Parts: sequence; C-alpha cells; structure tokens
Amino acid sequence: MESWRRNPLVFAAIALPPAFWLVLFFLVPLGIVWLYSFGENIDLVTIETTWTLENYRRAGEPEIFTLFVRSLWLAGVATLVCLVVGFPIALVITTSSPKWKSWLLLLIILPFWTNLLIRTYALLNILGSRGRINEALGWLWEMGDGFLTIIGLGQLNLLGERFTPLTLLGNNFGVIFGLVYVALPFTVLPLYAALERMDRSYIEASLDLGAGQLRTFFSVIIPLASSGIVSAIIITFIPTLGSFLTPDLLGRGQVDMIANVIERQFKSANDWPFGAALSFILLYATFFALAARSLLAGRRGREDAEAF
Amino acid sequence: MFRRGNREPIGPLEYARRLHLRLLFFVTLVFLYAPIVVLVIFSFNDSRRGGNVIWRGFTTDYYVKAFNNESLMEAFANSLTIAFVCTLVSVVLGALTAVMLWRFRFPFKAGFEGAVALPIVIPEICMGVAMMVFFARSGISVPPDWGYPWNLGNITIAHIAFSFPFVAMVVRARLANFNRELEESAKDLGATEWQVFRDILIPHMRPGLVAGGLLAFTLSLDDFVITFFTSGPDTVTFPVKVYSMVRFSVTPEVNAASTVLILITLVLTALAIWLQNREKKETRQ
Amino acid sequence: MTDLQGRRAGQPVIAIDTVTKRFGGSVTAVDRVSLEIAPGEFFALLGPSGCGKTTLLRMIAGFESPTDGRILIDGQDMSHVSPNKRPINMVFQSYAVFPHMTVAKNVAYGLKVTGVPQSEIAGRVEEALELVHLGGYGARKPDQLSGGQRQRVALARALVKRPKVLLLDEPLSALDAKLREAMQLELVRLQESVGITFIIVTHDQSEALSMANRIAVMERGSVRQLASPADLYENPANRFVADFIGKVNLFEARVASRDNGSLVLHVQGLGEVRLPQGMGAAEAGRADLALAVRPEKLRLERERPSPERLGFEGQVQQVAYYGETSSVFLTDQAGHSIAVSIQNEGRSTQPMVTVGERVWCSWAPEDTLLLAD
Repeated sequence: MESWRRNPLVFAAIALPPAFWLVLFFLVPLGIVWLYSFGENIDLVTIETTWTLENYRRAGEPEIFTLFVRSLWLAGVATLVCLVVGFPIALVITTSSPKWKSWLLLLIILPFWTNLLIRTYALLNILGSRGRINEALGWLWEMGDGFLTIIGLGQLNLLGERFTPLTLLGNNFGVIFGLVYVALPFTVLPLYAALERMDRSYIEASLDLGAGQLRTFFSVIIPLASSGIVSAIIITFIPTLGSFLTPDLLGRGQVDMIANVIERQFKSANDWPFGAALSFILLYATFFALAARSLLAGRRGREDAEAF
Repeated sequence: MFRRGNREPIGPLEYARRLHLRLLFFVTLVFLYAPIVVLVIFSFNDSRRGGNVIWRGFTTDYYVKAFNNESLMEAFANSLTIAFVCTLVSVVLGALTAVMLWRFRFPFKAGFEGAVALPIVIPEICMGVAMMVFFARSGISVPPDWGYPWNLGNITIAHIAFSFPFVAMVVRARLANFNRELEESAKDLGATEWQVFRDILIPHMRPGLVAGGLLAFTLSLDDFVITFFTSGPDTVTFPVKVYSMVRFSVTPEVNAASTVLILITLVLTALAIWLQNREKKETRQ
Repeated sequence: MTDLQGRRAGQPVIAIDTVTKRFGGSVTAVDRVSLEIAPGEFFALLGPSGCGKTTLLRMIAGFESPTDGRILIDGQDMSHVSPNKRPINMVFQSYAVFPHMTVAKNVAYGLKVTGVPQSEIAGRVEEALELVHLGGYGARKPDQLSGGQRQRVALARALVKRPKVLLLDEPLSALDAKLREAMQLELVRLQESVGITFIIVTHDQSEALSMANRIAVMERGSVRQLASPADLYENPANRFVADFIGKVNLFEARVASRDNGSLVLHVQGLGEVRLPQGMGAAEAGRADLALAVRPEKLRLERERPSPERLGFEGQVQQVAYYGETSSVFLTDQAGHSIAVSIQNEGRSTQPMVTVGERVWCSWAPEDTLLLAD
C-alpha cells in the first residue's frame, strides 16, 4: 500500500468520482433527513430545522412504542426461526459430499436472487384465504367429512358444519412466515461458512471422548460456531427489522412494522419530521447491532490471533 | 445426496446422510420453492376472472395479455434501462473505490470505508426516504419536462448509490488475492504505471468486475423500496407497477410477468455460475 | 477355548479381521487387512501417505466403518458401536484441543460426558496433567499453550479415560525436530508407565523404529510386512519395505543354479555370485530376484578385498558430506549408481576418497538380502 501523497494526481483521478457520488447522493440525503428529524412543519411544504426534540419524544408515546416493541419482537422471532432451521441446513450442506455441496448451497441461495416483490406476491397466493394452503385444507375437510358420512357419523358434524378457512394473512403468523421466507437464505450463508471453517477433528474428539451426538452438538459444535451464529443473527435481524414489503403485503395493514409507519409519514400523513425521526431511530438500532457484532468479533479475532 | 440403496453405513459425522436431517432439508426446499413454483404454474391457468384459485386448464393468454399491457411493458422497459445504466456506472465507480481502498493510504480511510459500506447495511426504507427528500428538497433533481429517458435519472442515481458499494466489495475481494510480484515484475520489465494497470491489474480484476456487474444489474432490477420513494407517476419500474397491481387485485397477468422476470434472474444466475466455473478452470490451468 | 465372558487366554486387545474399506465404490483405501494387537503393545502403522494407515486407525476409532470385515476390541465386534461407546481414545493429528475450554475442562470433558462423579473428576484430571508434566496448567486456555503443550493436553485428555487402547494419528508431525525427538522418548516412557496399548500412525520410519515394539508397514491398502523394528530393517520381506525403511542398493539377479547348501546367482554388474542358502525369505522357487545391501554394510578399499567377500570395482561419482557420516556414490561396470555410507571417524577435513578415483566396494555375503517382489 502506498501513501496518496506519492501520486496525488492518480489518487484524485481514482478517488474523486466515487467519493463525489457517495457524498452527494448518499451522505447529503441522509444528512437532510437527520436535520429534518429535528424540524417542524411550518406549512404544507416548508420544514424548518428548529432543533426540537419533539419528534423523538413522540416516538416514545405508547402507540409508537408498541410499534417498536412489536417490530423487534417480530424480527426477533423470525431470526430465531431462521437460526433454528438454518443451522441444521448449513450442517447438512457442509457434511454432504463435495460433488453435492455447491449445488445444495446454490439451491438454498437461489431464492434470494429472485425478486423480493415476486416472492412476497407468491406467498400471497399460498397463504390467502382462498390460497393453496386453505384449498388443500378444504379438500382434506371434504374428504374427512365424506368419510364420516360414509361411516354414518355425518350428522354429528364432527369437523364443524362447514369448512372455515384459516386466517394466515393479516396476522403475526403471516408476517413472520414471510420474514422467514425472505431471510432464510441469508441466515444459512454465515452459518455454512463457520461450519465449513471448523476443524472436523473437534467433533470427532468429542465423540471419541464419549460424548453423544446431542451433547457434542451443544458443547462443541455450537460454541465453536458462535462467531458464525452471531453473524447470522445480525445479517438476518437487521434487514428483517427494517422490512417494509413483507408486513405491508402479508400484514394487510393489521400488522405494521416500523418501516410501514415511516412510509406513511412520508407519503400519506405528510409528517416528514416525525418520519425522519423514526428513520433515524431505526438507523441507530442498526448501528447498535453492528457495533455489538464488531465488538464480539473483535474480541474473538484477538483470541484467534493469540492462538498462533 | 438422496441416492438410495447406498449400503455404506452412515459415518458419525455424515450428517448429510441422516434421514431426519435430509427430511428437514427437503421440507425447507419445499418451503422455499413451492410458492414460486405455484406462481409459475398458475401463470398458465385458464381462469376467466381474477380468481387465481382453481386450475382450469392450460393457456398462454396471460403472457399475451401481459405483453399487450402497455403500462406493464413500459415499466419493464424502464426497469431494464435503469438496470443497464446503473450497471455500467456502478462497475466503474465500484472498481475505482476498490482500487483506491486497496492501493492507497490516505487520511480518514477508515471513515471512508465505513461510509462506503453504509448503503449495504442501512435499512432500505431509510435510504428510500432520504433519496425522496433529497430529490424533492435539495434542488438537485432531473426536471420533469426533460421527458424519457431523462426522467428515469433520479431512480438511476439512487440505484447507483446503493449498487456501487456492492461492486466495490466484490472487486476488492478479488484484488485481495492479487500477487503484488506480478505488478513489480511488470515494472521490472519496463512497463509504465498505466501499462501495468491496463495489462496486469484490469485482467486480474475482470472476474470481479463481471460478478459485480451482474450483482448490480440484479439489485437494480429487483429493487422496490428505494424506487418506490423516488419514482413518479410517469416513471414506474416493473416492481413498482407489480406492487400497484397486487395491491388492487391478484391477476394471472402478474403471474405471467413475474414468471418472465424469474426466468431472467435464472438466466443471469446461470451465467454468473458459468463464468465463475470457467474462471476457476482457467486459474487451475 | 472361550470362557463365559468370551475371553480367551492371550486374547488380542484389537483384532482386525480381513477389513476392507472402499470410498465411493471405487477407491480402495484398505484392502483385506488382518492384524492382531496384543495388550500392552506399542504398535505402529507405518507407510507413505495414502497407504491407508489413517483410514485403518479411523476405523478402529469408529469414524469410518469397514466396507467389509470386522474389527474386534477385547473380543467384541465393534461394527455397530458408535465412536463414543468404544473403550478407546485418540490423540488427533491437529490435537483437537477444544479452544473454548480451559486445559482442565478439556481433560475433564471425557469424564463428565460419561457420567463420572464430579468428586472423582478433579483428582483424576490433576493426576493426568501431572502425568504429562502439565501440573498447574489447568486454568490456562489452549491458545496460551505451545504446540508441544497442546499435544500433552490431548494426551492427558485421552489417557484420563483409562482406555484399553490409545490411538495416535501422526502425533509428532506438527512438532519441530528437537521437540519431536524428546517426545518420542516421552511417549515410550508414558506407554510403559500406564501400560495401555498404543497404536501410532506415522509416515516417519525413524519414529516407528525408535518407539514401537511391532510395526505394520503398509502400502496401497495392504500390510506388506509385520515385524519388530530390527527385523524390518535387517530382514525386509520385499523391495518396498527394504526401500521404504532405510536406504538400500538393489541389484537385479537371476538364479543360475541351486545345489545343496548354496545358490548361484547371475547378478547384473557383479557377475556370478555364490550365496549360502537361507539368505532371504523370498528366495525359494523364484528365478528373478533382487539382491540388496544396506549402504552402511559396504566397505571401500583401494586393494582388492579378500575372496570370501562380495564386491566390485567402481568409480567415485560424488561425495556428500553429512558431518557424522558421508555418502559416497559409485558407478559399477554396468553403470548403476551405488551408495556407500561411511563413518567419519578421524578428525580430518579431507575426503576419504576423491571424485573420479577407482575403488573396491565389498560386503560380507551374510549382509546380503535376497528379495523377491
């Protein structure tokens, strides 16, 4: 690596275009939002930055506070589900034969490359009250009811008078289902990387010393994969917490997350300062999660460094 | 992996061969793919009204319909135009960023690195509202009376802003395993700074540039949230158009259009894998 | 005869019964190997990389299962016994000392998971650490230890379980030369003091020769010879073993005639050679043989040696000086290169022979080896 002073012209030619773009079209817009978060609506189009903390205070009101708690809860549950499902999936991929490995990984990652909107829309087809799942359940109900009629129990209506479709949209279930559906490929990647790096002889040593598979899993595999698990949690939790489309389409306005409320402030409610404050609260939460990870990773990194 | 009749007993570490784990893997694949497969199948469903529920026979009518839907096709063309320009600019900016971070020491480097990573990590909604506010209030915005294709400028600028950091990340990873001795030996043999860049560094970066370009294209084509905040009534992209259609009603037409987009994604992915494998073979030789 | 527990007098602690291991249906890593290992033995599996020695060890440990054949430990078939239920323990090549546990926790792990009472564990852990000279290191983390110390932790962790057999997979390969030598002696001492059967896998012949009571030399999945170290060196059964263990000069030979008491061979580069019968195990019945001599059994002289010694006149091509010994490379009349090892006994800086010089090279007939294949 060389100092920029040795070749200031070359450095300028390389550095200026991306730096210009980054500052003007990313940092400046964020800065404006930050200023607006301390602003007040003067009239319909004018916002004045008065350095008021009112917008942040409003975020503490019960309604919005509940929103934050719900968002954290939904993202947390989705992350947990992704982790519990993703870990065995990553384990299967790592221990499959080299020939299969890259294909299995690709199969898990591929949906991530598919358009998010299309995937969410596809879930609408499946989960709707007249969607595939309810259709299948309805068919099962018909079959069951028919069977009961045949054996002479039809008049008892054991399965209910008629089939009532399950409500799978517009509730927590639908949103969590969608969040997991979107995030799962993300979760598997760092877990796979961590397991792939792990020396197999640790697992063998544990078995050799008399521990069973379950014991080995909890006292050797999980602790040794902990940095991968932390990465997986962060990489799943952050985008999930900021999700807009999934709660919007699958929550049907019944299950809002932070992003939906932010969107409303900027579009229909036209309360930009409040929306800006909410945006920055979400941003700070993201930074906090990232800082926590690099703190953990830093400690681990030093431990690794000392090992050699 | 799912081969049957394999008599070899399962080793203690061969988790991939254990039945319950295979079952979990299989169920996960069904979970991930069933919705997409159903969507594709029902794009061929011959149902009269919007009812996208019961199979009534095979038809390609909805593809014809989708292709004849002028606003949908316009949105599609807009998406491709934006993705194309976004890819070109992002590859250049991303490559410059990667080379800059890889090659130079400069003041506030850590800060710059963090700022470049920011568009990758911050929630899309935050970036979306920031771009919306910026174009509305900063005075920097493509005047609406410039017409097509200039009216796509705002969206394209926003797309480039979040795409080029991804390209930079990919290219930088590629540069990390560049053997500096190649550069030094080229200089030793009499090459100038520019010749080294052109003949040694660019060829080494090429796979990263291609992979980054494909990534930028996909990101731009897929983006909904940020576009949603920067698009106007005349500048609708495919995802935004689909979103408005989905909000009002579910039609097989959307299924058909979605299937086309899935197909494009598949082709791009296959292309990426093929390029990657070819590159691996080359480096092995 | 077997008694009620299925034990026999003098029963081997490990019996490998025509074991074959194929990977992916095509690669045969271990090919119909049968071995019996007695209690208290220090046994070595020796061979070049890829010979199947590690696979064999991993099958004993239970990490691989034989495609064919059985492995018995103390007379019990291990085919359906998982690794954690086998009465044996292993020291891994990478040591596999758990990085997230202290030294004491590592050593205690095997006891804890098999339900040894807490009260007993602490004492046994301390005892095991003393045994490997790591007393007082219990609270350390593995990343605060040197490579040699980590290996001792791995040893203590395995020995604390008092296994019937201790398996060691290339245990010294990650250590530097000086430490390796010390550890060889240490392992022998340890094995004698605990009286547990050790099975070591190594590709280093000097390691196997210096430590083991008995060595199985493997090549391409098969055992080529099973013998004591001295036997392997002095009476190799075939060219592979002769060449793999130590250095050897080979001459192609053909049996010209046999009469009672001696064997007349036609040897390339040496002419007619008469040897007493019983020189090598493999001489019977074969017409094409190899005559082999170890370099240190050869003597260099300026005069023609006495007629009872075998020998030839050759020209010195190269002299390599190693300090305690030198190697002299000669070519015989047929153009073969022959290596002679000589002790540098006197304190002279002048080479004993000079390049281009013609010298006589000879050896005693009883130092000759006859090898069939």
